[in-house]
Amino acid sequence: MCLGIPGKVLDVRREDGMLMATVQFGGITKQACLEHVPEARPGDYVVVHVGFALSRIDEAEARRIFELLAEMKALDELEAPDHEVP
Amino acid sequence: MKYLDEYRDGAAAKALVAAIEKTATRPWVVMEVCGGQTHTIVRYGLDQVLPKRVELVHGPGCPVCVTPLEMIDRAHAVAARPEVVFCSFGDMLRVPGSHGDLLGLRARGADVRVVYSPLDAVKLAEANPSRQVVFFAIGFETTAPANAMAVWMAQRKGLSNFSVLVSHVLVPPALTAILESEDNRVQAFLGPGHVCAVMGVSEYEPIAARHRVPIVISGFEPVDLLDGILRAVKQLEAGEAKVENAYARAVRAEGNPASRALVEQVFEVCDRAWRGVGTIPKSGYRLRDELRAFDAERRFEVEGVRAQESPLCISGEVLRGLKRPADCPAFGRQCTPETPLGATMVSSEGACAAYHAYGRHLDERAAERR
Amino acid sequence: MAAPLGACPVQIGQYDRVVLGHGSGGKLTHELITQLFVPTFHNPTLAALEDQATIAVEGAGRLAFTTDSFVVSPVFFPGGDIGKLAVCGTVNDLAAGGAVPRHLAASFILEEGLPLADLRRVVESMRAACDEAGVSVVAGDTKVVERGKADGLFITTTGIGWAPEGRRLSIAAARPGDRVVVSGPLGDHGMAILSVREGLSFDTQLVSDCAPLGGLTEVMLRASPSLRCMRDPTRGGLASALNELAAASQVGVVVEESAVPVRPEVRGACELLGLEPLYVASEGRMVAVAPAPEVPALLHAMRAHPLGKGAAEIGEVIADFPGRVRVRSTVGGDRLLLMLSGEQLPRIC
Repeated sequence: MCLGIPGKVLDVRREDGMLMATVQFGGITKQACLEHVPEARPGDYVVVHVGFALSRIDEAEARRIFELLAEMKALDELEAPDHEVP
Repeated sequence: MKYLDEYRDGAAAKALVAAIEKTATRPWVVMEVCGGQTHTIVRYGLDQVLPKRVELVHGPGCPVCVTPLEMIDRAHAVAARPEVVFCSFGDMLRVPGSHGDLLGLRARGADVRVVYSPLDAVKLAEANPSRQVVFFAIGFETTAPANAMAVWMAQRKGLSNFSVLVSHVLVPPALTAILESEDNRVQAFLGPGHVCAVMGVSEYEPIAARHRVPIVISGFEPVDLLDGILRAVKQLEAGEAKVENAYARAVRAEGNPASRALVEQVFEVCDRAWRGVGTIPKSGYRLRDELRAFDAERRFEVEGVRAQESPLCISGEVLRGLKRPADCPAFGRQCTPETPLGATMVSSEGACAAYHAYGRHLDERAAERR
Repeated sequence: MAAPLGACPVQIGQYDRVVLGHGSGGKLTHELITQLFVPTFHNPTLAALEDQATIAVEGAGRLAFTTDSFVVSPVFFPGGDIGKLAVCGTVNDLAAGGAVPRHLAASFILEEGLPLADLRRVVESMRAACDEAGVSVVAGDTKVVERGKADGLFITTTGIGWAPEGRRLSIAAARPGDRVVVSGPLGDHGMAILSVREGLSFDTQLVSDCAPLGGLTEVMLRASPSLRCMRDPTRGGLASALNELAAASQVGVVVEESAVPVRPEVRGACELLGLEPLYVASEGRMVAVAPAPEVPALLHAMRAHPLGKGAAEIGEVIADFPGRVRVRSTVGGDRLLLMLSGEQLPRIC
C-alpha cells in the first residue's frame, strides 16, 4: 500500500493557485503537487504518491543505514583478525 | 534511481540478514502492516532468506482489499449511470462486488477510467462540464491529503459536476483490532512508512505501550524492511516495546502538519466496515457535513445499497495474521486472482494475491521452508 | 513508378471520410483501392488486382506462415501507429521462426467516419515499414462497419516467408545449460501506449520500440548456428515468452533481474505506476535461447546491428523445476514469474 516513489524536483511554480513541481523519476518527469512540501527546492528529492508530494527526503537520514552497515562490516573484520582488512 | 537502488542492494541486504541471524535467539512473530511492504517481501523473497525463527505474517495493509463489499456495489451503482464518468485508481478495477467488477462494467458500456491521481479526476470534471465525474476515494491516511486536495480544489473552482465516493480506512484502529483478538500471535509490527509520513508516529505510542509491542516504522524497499526487522528483533530480545522510526529519511516524528490540517478540514473520523473483518469503530474517514455536497453516495442516492460477504473466505484471519494464504482450502483452487472469493485475493497487495502472483501455491521450494 | 508518399489529396472521390459504401465492393471500394492502397503499396502483384496473389516458391526450404490482428488504441502513438505495428508484428513472428519474411496480405476493417487522411497516414506508414522489412503487401481486403463498431480501424496481416532448408528453430528445443539473451531494453512499446492514455501521461515522451527484425534475426542465426529458438516478447512481455518456452521445452528458466535491460524512462514510469517491466510488451525486440558456447559471438553480432545495440544475456536454462520461470532478485531470494492474467493495471498500493 502507499506506493510512494522518490523523485528529484526540477522546478517549482504556482499553477491554478497550487504549488506544483516537475519531478524526475529515473528517466521520466511528471508533475506533482508540492503544496504540502513547500520547502522543497530544485535538486531536493520528495516522495510522491498519486501525484502528490508527501515529504522531503532527508539526505543525512538516508545515509544512516549505510553508515551503520559500514560500521558493522568494520567490526566484523576486527573480530576476525585473520581476514584481510581492505 | 536515487533513494531506490541503494535500498535494493544485495550486499547491504545480506549484511542485515546476517545481523538478524545473530540477534534472534528465539522465535519471533513480526507483522508488516502495509500491502506495499508485503509486496516487496514476496517479490524479493525476503522471507526465504530470513532465519526460520523470525516469522513474518502479513497484515491488513491493503485499503483496496478491505474496501467493504457494499462500497464496491455502490461504486457499481454510480458507475452504471450514463451521465457518470467513474474515475478510479487501477487497483480497484478488478475488485469483485456482488455482481462482477468495474472492468466488467466497463465492458458493458460504463465510462470507467483509470487515473493516476485524484487531481486528474478534477481536471476531467473541468474539461467535461456536461458529465458527472465521480472519483473513488479509497486509501489509507497516505492517500487522504491528495483526496482532500481534490475535494478542496473542486470546491474552490465551484465544480458542480465532481463528487467523491469515500472509503478511507485508518491504520491504528486496525492494529488495535489485531492485538485485541484472542488468538493474536503478532509480537512486533513494521509500521506503515508512508502513512506515518503524513500522520507522524505519535498515534502508535499508546498502542506500543498498552500492548507491549515494538512498532518499527519502516520503508518499502528490501533494505528498509530488513533494517526494520532487525530493529524489531533487537527490541524483542531486549524486552522493549517502543515506537522506532526506521524510515527517518521520509518520516518526521510530527508527520506533515499541512497535510493533516487539510485532511481535518475535509474529512472526519467515522466507523468503517472492513471486508473480511467487520466494523472497526472510528477506523475510517468520511466527508465533513459542510462538504457533503461532494459526497457521491448522497448525490446518487446509493447509501442504501447493502451486500452479503462470502462465507467460504478466511480473509479476516489472514488479515489478522492468524492464518496463511496456503492454510485456506480454497487458495489457488476456487479462489484465484481471476476468481477471488474475498478481500485478500482481490487486490495485488492482498497477502493471498501476492502469494499467488509469486507462485507460492505452486512453489515447492517455499513449501519446504514453511 | 512509385506514387510520391504524402503527395495525394486527402479526398478520395467525393469523400474525406470513410463511408459504408467504401466497403460494399462497388465504385467507392474501387476508388479506395486504386487511389490509396495500390499506389501506396506499389508492387506489380497487388496492382494486377487479381482475386489472389500467386507467388513463386523460393528455394528448397519450408514455407512459414502466420497471421495477427491489430486493434491498438490509440491508432497513432509515439514511435509508430497501427499500420507499422501490423507490418512489424507479423514480420517478427516469421523472423522468430528463422524464416525470411517476404509477402503480406492486409485486411482492413474501417469504422464509418474514419478520416481518410488518417487512413492514408496508416497505409503510408505500412509501406515504409514494408520497405524497411523487405516485404510487400500483395493482397488485401477492405470492409467498413458502422460508426461505433470499430475503434477507428482494425488491421489483420497474414505473412509468408521462407525458412532455409535445414533450419529448425523451436521453443521445444531449449536444453539445460543454454543461455537466454534479449536484443535490447524491454517494455518500451507497452509503456508508450499506456502513457498516451488519459491520466497516465508523463512529461517525457515514451516511445514505442516497434521495428521489423528480419535483418537482426538473420545476423543472429549466422552468428549462432545452433540457436534453439526466438520469440518476440509482445503481449504479456518477457514473462509470457519465457513461460511458453519453459513449458514447451520442459525446462526451468532462471532470470537474473539485474541483467534485464530496461530504459531509465521505462523504469521510472513502471516504478511510479507500480508496474512490472517483465510483463510489459515490446514490439521491436527478440528473446533468444542459444547454447552457452555460442553466446559471446551471438551478442557481439547482435550489438553490431542497429536494432540489437542493447543486447544482453539475462538468464539460463536449467533442468530444475521444468516448465517454470524464476527470477533471482538483487537480494538473493527468488520468485516464480508466472504469466499475467489479464491486463497489468497501475496501482497505488
